[in-house]
Amino acid sequence: MSSPTTAPAKPTQSAPTTPEFFQVKVDGRVVVVPRLSPDWRGQLVPTTMIQACFAAGVMVPHYCYHPKLPVAGNCRMCLVEFGTPVLGPDRKPLLNPDGTPKITRAPRPAIACATPVMPGMEIYTNTPTVRAMREGVLEFLLINHPLDCPICDQAGECKLQEYAVDHGLAASRFVETKVHKPKQVELGPRIMFDAERCILCSRCIRFTRDIVGDDALGILHRGSYSTIATWPGRAFDNNYTLNTVDLCPVGALTSKDFRFQMRVWFLKETKSICTSCGTGCNILIGSRENRIYRYTPRQNDAVNSCWMCDAGRLNYKWIGRPDRLKEVRGPGGQTRVWSAVLAELAHRLGQAPRGSVALIASARQTNEELFLLKKLATRLGAITDSIPREGQADPLLVSADKNPNSLGARLLGLCYTEMGINLPRIAHGIEQGAIRTLIVFGEDVTRHGLAPELLARLDTLVVSDILPNATTALAHYLLPGCAHAEKRGSFTNVKGRVQRFFKAVEPPGNARPEWEFLAELLSHLTGQPAAPSLEALFNQMAQEVPAFHGLTWTGLGDTGLEAKV
Amino acid sequence: MPESNPRHFDTMASDFVIFTLAKVGAAFAVLMFFVAYVVWVERRLSAAIQDRLGPNRVGPFGLGQPIADAVKAFLKEDVVPAHVRKVWYCLAPALVMLPAILNLAIIPFGSKLGSQPMVIADLNVGILYALGIGSLSVYGIALAGYGSNSKYPLLGGLRSCAQLISYEITLAISVVPVFLWAGDLNLSCIIQRQAGTAPWLPLLPNWFVFQSPLTALAFVIFLVAAFAETNRTPFDLPEAEQELAGGYNVEYSSIKFALFFMGEYAHMILASAMLTTLFLGGWTLPIAGLDRPATTLAAGLAHIAIFLIKLVACMLVFLWVRWMWPRFRYDQLMDLSWRRLLPLALVNTLLTATWLWFRSLV
Amino acid sequence: MIVRRDRLTIWERLYLTAIWGGLKVTFRHFWRTVVRRRPVTVQYPEEKPVVPPGYRGAPYLVRDQTGRIKCVSCQLCEFVCPPKAIRITPPGPEIDPTTGNVEKRPRQFEIDMLRCIFCGFCQEVCPEEAIFLMQDYSLTGLSRSEMIYDMDKLLRLGGVHLDPIRKWERKAREAQAQETVPPTLP
Repeated sequence: MSSPTTAPAKPTQSAPTTPEFFQVKVDGRVVVVPRLSPDWRGQLVPTTMIQACFAAGVMVPHYCYHPKLPVAGNCRMCLVEFGTPVLGPDRKPLLNPDGTPKITRAPRPAIACATPVMPGMEIYTNTPTVRAMREGVLEFLLINHPLDCPICDQAGECKLQEYAVDHGLAASRFVETKVHKPKQVELGPRIMFDAERCILCSRCIRFTRDIVGDDALGILHRGSYSTIATWPGRAFDNNYTLNTVDLCPVGALTSKDFRFQMRVWFLKETKSICTSCGTGCNILIGSRENRIYRYTPRQNDAVNSCWMCDAGRLNYKWIGRPDRLKEVRGPGGQTRVWSAVLAELAHRLGQAPRGSVALIASARQTNEELFLLKKLATRLGAITDSIPREGQADPLLVSADKNPNSLGARLLGLCYTEMGINLPRIAHGIEQGAIRTLIVFGEDVTRHGLAPELLARLDTLVVSDILPNATTALAHYLLPGCAHAEKRGSFTNVKGRVQRFFKAVEPPGNARPEWEFLAELLSHLTGQPAAPSLEALFNQMAQEVPAFHGLTWTGLGDTGLEAKV
Repeated sequence: MPESNPRHFDTMASDFVIFTLAKVGAAFAVLMFFVAYVVWVERRLSAAIQDRLGPNRVGPFGLGQPIADAVKAFLKEDVVPAHVRKVWYCLAPALVMLPAILNLAIIPFGSKLGSQPMVIADLNVGILYALGIGSLSVYGIALAGYGSNSKYPLLGGLRSCAQLISYEITLAISVVPVFLWAGDLNLSCIIQRQAGTAPWLPLLPNWFVFQSPLTALAFVIFLVAAFAETNRTPFDLPEAEQELAGGYNVEYSSIKFALFFMGEYAHMILASAMLTTLFLGGWTLPIAGLDRPATTLAAGLAHIAIFLIKLVACMLVFLWVRWMWPRFRYDQLMDLSWRRLLPLALVNTLLTATWLWFRSLV
Repeated sequence: MIVRRDRLTIWERLYLTAIWGGLKVTFRHFWRTVVRRRPVTVQYPEEKPVVPPGYRGAPYLVRDQTGRIKCVSCQLCEFVCPPKAIRITPPGPEIDPTTGNVEKRPRQFEIDMLRCIFCGFCQEVCPEEAIFLMQDYSLTGLSRSEMIYDMDKLLRLGGVHLDPIRKWERKAREAQAQETVPPTLP
């Protein structure tokens, strides 16, 4: 939730100027809040009681409120009681005999999400009235809510379940017939909607209309029959529809892809970074027993706020493909062991004359791997380049650069600002016979100007990749690598933010993280010991690369740090 | 009277050897058979007292159970742990079994069968032999505890030894009045002295247990001491499974354990045999002339049968008592021996001697 | 507290009362078992013990009286199972038209009977009354894989459980009734 920021205040027109920071009491605990706080758009608006409660560490239950969405105030779950200081005729607070300010309790409760605070206000979030109100709201919500918990995907992360346990009644008084609405409605190509479960908080409507800019959803009918639906003639198919699944507090909106796949309490959630484009949205990988079930966005206000695009969200299935490269292959195609191959490769590369080696790294590799590849290239005197990937951008999150680490490749010196301009030179070099050794990491170069006949002319073709392609078929030495979910590392997004990610699943077969075997290869070549761990490698990179000066692995934290671009 | 004919002497000597070997073989076979089937009786009797059935699946009434157990004992893996002292470890079970078997030599099973006395060695000092050999079993247990080279067996073995030594003394002293009364140490003579019916009540046989209150007291003390000597409840603390982690036989498995187990039952049978011989009239019954040495084969066999029946009855007492009474705590046990039974036995001896001297004056 | 140790009478100190008491008790039990032939032993497998109701035997899946598999693959039993004996494969996103308004049914349901500790937590936690611990205590198999019961075997052994509430059918009936009175009518 938003923390109190030091926002410079504009002096208001009204005569009594309220100070920029003032004290508010929440459940007897004093907390200092700013008068104005940024709202969902970032504009400064008066701080609301719910923000004051969060600042004090008190969790007020809410459904329709979301810090990144405009305030609606229709669920009434965040009703709290409050009291305001009594001001005397001289506009100074009156005092009790014992010196504390006199407080009048407001006769009515107020919704905390929409009511601004005032200096000296006291907020009570746990009085019997507040508890009774929450019970009442939940009772009303549960009147027509179906008994779907055993089959609903939201079980385990459902706010209605959680608040019903924490704040609701234990027994139901409802004996009438519930209102039945359509279930299994395909609201969009990726969204399944269940009208009975909807509590009409309107988060999905506000998100689609205000954040995405696509006014597709609305509420039809009224009273107990109110239903969310797409406006007639509009389709709910923008690239951010699956965020409504995260937003929906109950199981009304569910992902068709994740539907009935696994219960969420079984999923191990690993912090990672989406690799579908250069934005690098922060995600959580939900996996169980080395199989990935879904991606969900993590909050990072500097990169992706609370959202991620649908294309990136659904781009996890390739990690579990059965044709993943699993075995190390040596010349002639036989399966080899890592230790032998790395030693042999180091020997062979060490004998290659300077200027006869080319190295094509991928901008999908991590910073650490690119750092090691640069070291390798420098040691071998190799020509390096990377392969660009451009696509369609959109105003919200999606970047036109579909490589997650283009800036990393540039900063680490593996390619020029214009990626790919060295490729024709490399192709020419192979054709002339000047380049006899080619090292390819993570790319299918046959689709980018280096035809298979050209590759056949090489003495040594070292390829490291994840999925088989035309280049891996021609490799003399094939080193299977890991997907981003199977290793740790860091990416630099298009804005220069270095973000780290962790390992969620085990790599298949004998695949190893590239930074690991590259470090070993380099230590065979140079004779110097490899960095003992990824943290040490990152810190070493931060020291040697000027753009990353001052960064440390632990300093990256959950939100990353800016590099000096 | 052997003449100075060497051939006749040779025949007599070879006859003696053959018949002794036959008696030894027969006695040993009967002892082993009894050991096996006493276990069966114990299991079924214990079961009956405990509201359950005992072994009843192997053979009719479970009579094949001891055979099955023997087969299992032979086929089971004999584990010799690495940390034991091998020589003493392997010697101990044999040393426990040995005295029981050796003691068979002086027990009179019957009077005569044909011309052969039904006792392997009719020693004049039979009881000394019995007590002496009986003391050897202490070695077996001490070696078992020591040889196991482990805390609990050592402690269990030591406790057991202390118990055995204490009650040996009581045993020996308690039996002195009987020999004073009988006037002879020879066991066959003891049995002869119990012929007929009791002088003060002709309904009762003239067994030492009924003859006089002094010998009856000797019987009680001997009985208690016999329970203690054989490590039977209520004196079985050294091997109580519930109280200890096992005792001296913890490190043993398969055939060695079986030997300990059988040794205990063999001791029990021997104790019953001594009881029968000394106090219950041995092979005599005061009816139909069965209290005189047998002249016919039928009488001889009847005597053996009577002895065995009395033996079994004593055994049943041993088995029954196990489930009747709780066991003594170790200090209570030692207290009983040294502070109560031993003085009592000594007083009993004194009184018997005094009474006999008094009777001889009159 | 101070334990009173009463002085024993002369008979008690000679243990004579204890001896006689012991003899009486053991003889009574002996009589009961041998003469009246009433041991407590139940000679299995010829005689089988009477299993009380509520006995926790092997867990099986049940169908209701219309033949529908009651399990809806909520995976609560898989989660609560202490030794993780239950393994459920959820149905996945394809819509299965045979499930009607229940929407979800497990694709595969395995219980490893060698891991099961027969605690009954799965029965306790099941919201659909789909898994019950029945009175089957004698489970044998010739291999470990044989003892992993799959859904067919569990349903076959579980049989039918009469469901007096029939929540889903009732829901379908109510929804049908409401469709004849749609909310958009004036």
